[in-house]
Order: sequence, then C-alpha cells, then structure tokens
Amino acid sequence: MSAPNGSGETHHIVPVKAYLGVFAFLMAMTVLTVVVSWVDLGIFNTLVAMLIAVAKAVAVVMIFMHVRWANKLARLFVAGGFFWLLLLFVLVMMDYFQRAKLGY
Amino acid sequence: MSTVSSTIPEAKPNYLTSDFSIKSWLLTTDHKRIGILYLISISLMFLLGGILAGLIRLELLTPNGDVFQPENYNKIFTMHGVVMIFFFLIPSIPATLGNFLIPLMIGARDLAFPRINLLSWYIYLVGGILTLSAMALGGVDTGWTFYTPYSSTYSNTYVMLTALGVFVSGFSSILTGLNFIVTIHRMRAPGLTWFRLPLFVWAHYATSLIMILATPVVAVTILLVALERGLRIGFFDPALGGDPVLFQHLFWFYSHPAVYIMILPGMGVQSELIAAMSRKKIFGYEVVAISSVAIAVIGFLVWGHHMFVASQSWYAGLVFSFLSFLVAVPSAIKVFNWTATLFRGSNAFLTPMLYAYGFIGLFTVGGLTGLFLSSMGLDVHMHDTYFVVAHFHYVMVGGAIMAFLGGLHFWWPKMTGRMYYEPLARLSAVLVFIGFNLTFFPQFILGYLGMPRRYHAYPEEFQVLNVLSTAGATVLAIGYLFPATYLIYSLFKGEKAPANPWNAKGLEWEQAPSPPPTFNFDHTPEVHEPAYAYAPEKEKEVVHA
Amino acid sequence: MSTHSVTAANPAAVLHHFDTAEQQRDAATLGMWLFLITEVMFFGGFFTAYICYRHYYYDAFVAASHTLNIPLGAFNTAVLICSSLTMAMAVHSAQLGQRKKIVTYLLLTMLLGATFLGVKTIEYADKFEHHHVPGPNFSFPGVENAQLFFSLYFGMTGLHAAHMVVGIGVMIPLLLAAMKGKYTSDYYTPVENFGLYWHFVDIIWIFLFPLLYLLGGHLTPGGGAQH
Repeated sequence: MSAPNGSGETHHIVPVKAYLGVFAFLMAMTVLTVVVSWVDLGIFNTLVAMLIAVAKAVAVVMIFMHVRWANKLARLFVAGGFFWLLLLFVLVMMDYFQRAKLGY
Repeated sequence: MSTVSSTIPEAKPNYLTSDFSIKSWLLTTDHKRIGILYLISISLMFLLGGILAGLIRLELLTPNGDVFQPENYNKIFTMHGVVMIFFFLIPSIPATLGNFLIPLMIGARDLAFPRINLLSWYIYLVGGILTLSAMALGGVDTGWTFYTPYSSTYSNTYVMLTALGVFVSGFSSILTGLNFIVTIHRMRAPGLTWFRLPLFVWAHYATSLIMILATPVVAVTILLVALERGLRIGFFDPALGGDPVLFQHLFWFYSHPAVYIMILPGMGVQSELIAAMSRKKIFGYEVVAISSVAIAVIGFLVWGHHMFVASQSWYAGLVFSFLSFLVAVPSAIKVFNWTATLFRGSNAFLTPMLYAYGFIGLFTVGGLTGLFLSSMGLDVHMHDTYFVVAHFHYVMVGGAIMAFLGGLHFWWPKMTGRMYYEPLARLSAVLVFIGFNLTFFPQFILGYLGMPRRYHAYPEEFQVLNVLSTAGATVLAIGYLFPATYLIYSLFKGEKAPANPWNAKGLEWEQAPSPPPTFNFDHTPEVHEPAYAYAPEKEKEVVHA
Repeated sequence: MSTHSVTAANPAAVLHHFDTAEQQRDAATLGMWLFLITEVMFFGGFFTAYICYRHYYYDAFVAASHTLNIPLGAFNTAVLICSSLTMAMAVHSAQLGQRKKIVTYLLLTMLLGATFLGVKTIEYADKFEHHHVPGPNFSFPGVENAQLFFSLYFGMTGLHAAHMVVGIGVMIPLLLAAMKGKYTSDYYTPVENFGLYWHFVDIIWIFLFPLLYLLGGHLTPGGGAQH
C-alpha cells in the first residue's frame, strides 16, 4: 500500500515469561523501596525512591503496555507525554524553589 | 430520497439532503453535520457573550457605577469571559471549520473517531447547560480566572456549578484534539505527505497538541478548587499553609496555551484565505508550518507572564519574560510570510480577503502589545489595567474572530452550497473593522493612563475614551449582526454555489462538490503536487499589460 | 450505507472511513495513548501541588506520612501489581483467542481491583476515626500544616480510586463480551486498549505509594533532618 499512513506494527505476542519476569521485578522493587526508606540517605532518599518508581513504571510501560514493540508514533506520544509532565514540574518548581531561597 | 430541486439533472444527495429527520442530525456521525451542529451552538453562545459585553459597555458609559450593583457587574464580566473563552473561542474554528474541513482537506471519508466526535458535541452541550444554569440561578463573580482564595473560600456565588460546566466542556475540547491528531497522522490520502498538507491542517494539528496537553491541567485545577470549596479539603487556603499562587500556576499552565488554541486555527484560516485570494502559494510554506508547532510548544513555557506581580519569584519572572519574547518570533514569521505572499499576488478584493487584511493588521497590533506586557518593568504598571484588556481583545477579536468570519465566508459555499450577498458582506467586514478599532483602541490609552480592569466606576477624566469605546461596540455589534442575517438568508435565497467558486486549490475545492456528499469522495483522491500549486506568475502579466 | 457495518455478529468489521483493519486498530491504539497522556497531565497537577508543598513543609509531611499504614500500602501495591499481571495475561489470551482464559483473567483483575478498594476503605475509615480527614473536624496536634498532606493524600488516592472504580465498571461489559466469544485473535482491540488504561492506573499508584507512605521512613515522627 502506498498510503503514507502505515503503522508498521506487527502483531507481536509477548511471551508469558516476559510478563512473569516483569511481575517479579515489580515485586522485588516494591520490597526494595520499602527497605531503602528505612535507611537514612539524607537527600538521596527521595532520589532513590523516585528512581525505583521510574524503573517500575518503565517496566510496566515497555512490557505490559507493549511499548517496546510499538510503532514510532506511539513511542513518540509516550515520550512526549512524560516530557510534558516534566515541563510542568520543572517550571513550577523553578518558582517555588527560588522563592524559598529568596525567603518568601 | 432528496426532494431538493436543482439545475443539475442527476442531483445526488449531499450531506445536507441525504436525510432531513431530526434523528439523523442528532445521531449523526458525519463530521460535516457535527461541524454545523457546533456552528449553531457556538453562535448562540457568541450572541450571549456579546449581550454581556454590551451590558459592560453600557455601564462604562458613565464614570459612576450607576447601572449595576458592583456585585452584579462582577458577575457580568465574569460570565462574559467564561462564555466567550470556554464556550465560543476555544471550540469556534476547530469544532466548526476544523471538523468540517480536515477530512476533506486530507482526502478522508471522515475523522478517525466519528462517534467520539458526536460525543464531544454532546459534552459541550452539557457543559454549556451547566454554566448557563449557573448564570440563570444568579451567576458567578470571581472573574473568568477563578482566582483563589476568593473562588475557593469567600465567594457566595455559583462557583461550583460554573466550574463544573467549564470542567465538562474541557473534555469536549480534549476529544476534538484527540480526533484531529489521530486523523492527521493516519488518514491522509496517498501522496499527501506532511509538507503537502494545507496550512489549515498544520495549524489544527498544533492546536490539538495544546488541547491534549494543557486542558487536563485546568481540569484538575478546577477539581482542586471544587474539593476545597465543596469538601473543605484545602489546597490553596493560606490558613492551612496553602498557596493561592499555586492555583495561578496551575491555572495559567492551561490558560496561556489556551490562547494559542484560540489563535492558531485562525492563523490556519488566514493562510488559506491569503493563498486562495492572492492565488499564490504561501511564501515560506515549510517555515509557516513549523511555526505553528513552535508556537504551540513555546506557548507552554510562558505562563508566568500573567503572574509577574503575584509574588512569583523574580528569577522565574525573568525566565518567563524572556520566553514570552521568544514566542512572538514564530508569530511574526507568519505575519511576514503572509505579507510576502500578498506581494504581486492577484489579491481579489472579496470579503474573505478583507477579513484577512484586517487580521494581519489587528493581530500585529495585538501581538506587539503583548510584548509590552511581557516586559516585567512595563507590566508592573499595566497589569490589570485596560491595556491588558485591549491587548487580548485585539488578538482574540481582531485576530481570531476576524479569521473565523473570514473562514466562514470563504467556506460558506462549500458548506451550504450557497453564495452570500457579496456587497453586504463587504460592508459588514468594513463595519467590523471600524467598530472594532473604535471599541478597543481607546482602551490601550485608558490602560496606559491607569484605568483598572474589572471596575465599574472610574475617574471622570476617562469618560471620553469610554464613550468612544461604547460607540465602537455599537458599530461592532451591527457589523456582527449583518452576517448573521445575510448568511442565514442565503440558505434560502442565496445563489447556488459551484463546486469551486474561488477557483482555489485544495482537495475540498477540487475534488468535492458544494455541498459534499456524506462520504466526501467517490474515490480516495491521490495527491501529486504541493499545497497551493497555483499557476505561475507569468500568466498574470498579461492582465497587467 | 456501508458494506462494512459493524454488527453484533461482526464486531471486527472495518468501519467505513478506514481502509484496512490494521489502520483502524492502529488508530484506536493511538487514540487510547493520547487519552492516557491527558490522564498523565491530569494527575500531574496533583503531583505538582505535592512537590511544592512537600518542599515547603517537609517536617509536617513526614509527621503526617507516619500515620499511614505501610504494610497495608505495600500490600495494596502488591495487589495492583498482581492485577497488572492478570490484565496483561487477559490481553495475551485475547491475542490467542482463548475465550475461557480471557474471562478468567478479567475476573481476577476485577477481583484484585476490588480488593485494593476494600483495603483503601479500611484505611480511609481509620483516618476518619483519627480526625485526619481535612475539613472542620481535622485535628493533628503539635504539627502545623499537616492538613495539606492529608488534602493531597485524600485528593490523590481518591482520584486514583475513582479511576479504579471506572476501570472495574468498564471491565463488566468487556467481561460479558468476552464470555460471548467476541474477542478473537483478529479482533481484541477493546481488551488491549483497556489494558493500557489499567496499567496506567497501576503506574500512578507506583508513584503514590513511596511519595505518600514512605516519607521519612528512617526518621522518628516529629524529628529528623530537613532537606
């Protein structure tokens, strides 16, 4: 088909093993995040907790939500969405963190 | 079957005549009919918003607040803003012209999700009914911006109901944007690459990105206000340590990109009008296309310019100020490119062209005054004055509404199969232009002199300018009423339109009759040429000789 | 009008405005992703509020967070992860046209979702008893600005729970359709796209759990370092 609209997606069937692997990973990471929260890492507690959460989210997005095998456009949408969320966070934080520094 | 008489012997039913029942309209999934349904709804909202504007200008004829009580005046300008922004401007071009034209322009039989398209109209109606109910019950007085803590704690008016109406209508916007994005990505005709698309489509694509990414944030912001007001679950209440400015951040994260939702489709219309009326391809087509997306993207990064004096950190203010200057660049590029297109074009002096000329001038003034406001130093003086009011009316009314009217006239033959009465249409365009400038230019001066906005009383020395403004509003109102009448009249008595009355390029003109059949095309068109592939210059030299 | 009408007997038919089933399926998935992006931005507003207030009132947030039940929260996290697995398996079964398995996995997902909501109800009831629900009856002696934490807790978990309720509700017609054998290896779009929604709701909780429950886990309530 010469239509410029081809998605290029194949009907990829993810093996059950991959799903079970992600499941185990998610459970392990949950345990890890609870345990790490008991340790005092100063300012890194938040960072580690968020890194673990991001890792879990990536696993869910890539494998459970099939993004690893999705077409370019879907992946662009996913990346774009999260990037936009970051924009919202960063620009609002820019005001709040600076206000704290300026003392009001 | 159809009972319409026609000069064409083998008249096939078109999308209007295929079925006359009410049910076929209310349950339609045809993007063209949905566009018409939206056209009727938003026109009624525009009428309401216009009446409210008339009441404002009536009050401001005299320096004293002698027509309305202060509380009621607050309700009037609030409802004017809410109705005009959420129920007229945001849906106007996308839901009417966008819905109607995008599938036609890309050679598709419908949008990607026709039933969701219909759903979006019903959602719009529900939102509208909720908001109108709030008005009927007594209105809301917080300003369309719903700032906390007044809206969340202290106001005694129908905040929740109005907010609910706006919340619901936001989903209409989201569904429209979602539909457009998928359609434009996946349903273009063979040969129709991105850089062969009409600029109208590019503009709507960029608009749809904003609808998807920004609207949910205002939705959750409204939810937060509702939780605080309804359930006393506080987020912005200073007594709990909350920050009212957080509301402003979240609110303007949507509401600034929202203004680009309101203007980008108009810019898309503008490109189509100028190309067709001057019979030239738009100068710098690719750059104009990319500029649409650039405006959408950069437009997300500038919202803090509404909060320069709201105790936002001045470092943040600096960043937002700089980025606001940046966002003017792609808009300016478009204006230059439109102007360059007009150079040595055949420039027909027809109604759509008059609106297009008006747009260039008025949008430029509006855009430039936006730059004044983006400079923190100037904004300190002009924030919350009539300078701001004039600025945004220049872009919204002088820009977006002129474009809407221009587009409505340009595509009226395609949508209805009728021509309107050109001399009256031209007169109306001129009246709109004159009335508009008379209404809003004095407001720049008033703002510069210090008259605050949202006040119903003012010092006596401002009266002359206010009277001029109200006089202008009267002329503007007449200018708007004329199209309402002659366009409706044309439906019954207008001359039947040919498929391509303007001899314009574009699939909607070249491959579909006026009006089109329900499924648009008998065979999917194939595209082999760039957009606006008008005949070259040399053919016109004969005329100049 | 169209020869491609979708009927009860033929849900997989290509609608008239699409050229191929592939195009139709792809459009549906893209549409679903766009909807999920709007959901990301929707919750994003709440997360923004959380970030700002946590930055300002860290100690109060720690103290308030300590009143949440971590074992219950962790259990709920595990429940949701299981439900994500069962949902993925439901989609998998649909891809293979295994009618009975689709039904089983959808039922399991619904059950796990309901379990999550049951636990949440217990947690909310507990908060209600302790006067930690924001509003006129709120009481958290000794700590200022704790109410903001609870506003965010109830707001965010409440919104999340509402999404779960909607999800369970949508699974009912999906389940009924699956039982009637409507989903085959040629057509399972509703299951697949609903799966995307369900996983998204799981991801939200993946972030809510550490942010709300695990604040200052190494600190004793009321004391500890500011950062």
